[in-house]
Amino acid sequence: MASIRLSVPDTAAKGEVIEIKALIRHPMESGFRRDSRGETIPRDIITRFECEYDGQTVFAADFHPSVSANPFLTFYTTATVSGTLTFRWTDQTGRTWSESAEIRVT
Amino acid sequence: MSLPISRSLKADTSGLTRRGLLAAGAGTVFVSAFPFPAGAAPEDMKAAIRKAFGKGELRDGRVSINTPPIAENGYSVPITVRVESPMSEGDHVREIGLFSPRNPVAHIAHYYLGPRAGRAEIATRIRMAGTQDVMAVAKMNDGTLWSAARETVVTLAACVVL
Amino acid sequence: MRRLGALALLALSACGPDMAKGETGFETPQSGSAFLKPDTRALQSDDFANPGFLWVDRGEALFARASEGGPACASCHDGGEHTLEGVAARYPAIDDQTGELFNLERRINACRSRHQGEPPLEHESEALLSLTAYVAHLSRGVAIDVETGGAARPYYEAGREYFFTRRGQFNLSCHHCHDRNWGQSLRGDTISQGHPNGFPAYRLEWESFGSLHRRLRDCDTGVRAAPYPAGSDTYVALELYLAARANGLAMESPGVRR
Ligand code: HEC
Ligand code: HEC
Repeated sequence: MASIRLSVPDTAAKGEVIEIKALIRHPMESGFRRDSRGETIPRDIITRFECEYDGQTVFAADFHPSVSANPFLTFYTTATVSGTLTFRWTDQTGRTWSESAEIRVT
Repeated sequence: MSLPISRSLKADTSGLTRRGLLAAGAGTVFVSAFPFPAGAAPEDMKAAIRKAFGKGELRDGRVSINTPPIAENGYSVPITVRVESPMSEGDHVREIGLFSPRNPVAHIAHYYLGPRAGRAEIATRIRMAGTQDVMAVAKMNDGTLWSAARETVVTLAACVVL
Repeated sequence: MRRLGALALLALSACGPDMAKGETGFETPQSGSAFLKPDTRALQSDDFANPGFLWVDRGEALFARASEGGPACASCHDGGEHTLEGVAARYPAIDDQTGELFNLERRINACRSRHQGEPPLEHESEALLSLTAYVAHLSRGVAIDVETGGAARPYYEAGREYFFTRRGQFNLSCHHCHDRNWGQSLRGDTISQGHPNGFPAYRLEWESFGSLHRRLRDCDTGVRAAPYPAGSDTYVALELYLAARANGLAMESPGVRR
């Protein structure tokens, strides 16, 4: 079960720059560690994160193995219209999860 | 190395034998004090920057990095990168790349922004294989590249797995 | 090699006469978080970014979900008489039905079998960790207040015995580090008083969330002693001694530790 914590303001004034925070539950196994028998633990990481709002990808990120487990991210966007922010994240195998948040713009 | 307990300085030489004994049994176990195993060689950071951003000249300025000067350990170091930019249609940050001179994969993460971001700033938490100068590179919409580096001292985690 | 040197020296320093049993080496208990660097402390107190909340959140979802065999935890424990607020601060505690000592994990498993018709969850499984995180979090800020008399007494004594017994290649007891050397640094780390109030906790070095017993396994392994399994009787008894030693200290779970 992948999951995410999101911090998005419920309301904002049009044109206001809003702070968005995300905390994604994922081990971000780097592929460099070994288990107790000396076998390499295969890489298992999230590679891509995107935020879509008002018809556009307003922010995206590529993650590599140096991103900490349970990735944390803060970024900003400008409030334009009331609607949905969609967050999508993908692991190296192409598995994708998504979650959304509503914002009311006044 | 600071001796943890001052009384230990008065210990007699029988301690040396004992220490040898302990060291002998120690080869086997344990999680590393760092997020990457000691054997993982660092990648060439300059090459990784070139790969991500091409050949353009890296200029100093406009980018600032904030990390704690001393991090408790290398598993999760908070980092904030801010780029001076009006973030207008005509003048904005397109990409920010984070790079490590010491981790086995030099490219840490890459962020894609646009004028709608309103503010050219990101924060995240990263792994660090020891004390190092992490670099951030920003690419503007006019193609210019700006960069900054910042040192973070990563203290060793506790002895072994403690 | 150098890190072994540090521990070996600590081992030597501990060769003096043992302190009288029962002495804790501190007047008022101080939380492990007081021995962290400010950034780690800040992460713990950030209710959004503290990664432990990923487990609290999942625990809350599991708590609300009806089980196959019976009602959801929440249908019995949603406020009212059976509210779980403040409950975790009284654990480990004696279970009236069996007379045995239950830590929170055992109590949750007992509810599963007695009231939900579900098999027990494994200690350290994601589901049990998450439920424990949620229930422990309902006691955040509540002072630990465990009972050590009556039927709990033998468990308390067994836990105390474990705490003062030297073990492992380093021949050190819990007492040597957490009573006699707290505040000392051990290769970049600072030894705390060894309290359980932050657990279950997110440990940066685990890059994950874990129970108090997982932490105890690390301490035992650190002195090269064979650790007990998480959920073992030995660690549940030790957990009672640790809680009693920390009586009055505010619960902090989900803690964040190095
Ligand atoms: C060689 C020294 C040493 C010994 C012996 C030792 N520990 Fe620890 N312990 C540590 C260190 C170092 C830490 C991590 C830093 C700290 O103290 O919080 C730790 C952490 C802990 C913690 C977590 C505290 C917190 O707030 O995160 C508990 C609980 C604990 N130890 C209990 C024990 C018990 C019980 C024993 C005996 C079975 C024991 N320790 C033996 C060094 C030791
Ligand atoms: C059908 C009702 C019922 C359900 C469902 C149930 N419990 Fe309980 N719970 C009880 C009762 C009754 C007690 C008192 C002890 C006993 O009788 O087992 C209790 C006791 C507890 C306690 C200890 C309270 C104290 O004051 O010491 C905890 C913690 C707890 N339950 C957690 C849970 C969790 C977590 C779940 C879901 C996995 C759950 N319970 C499901 C009825 C329920």
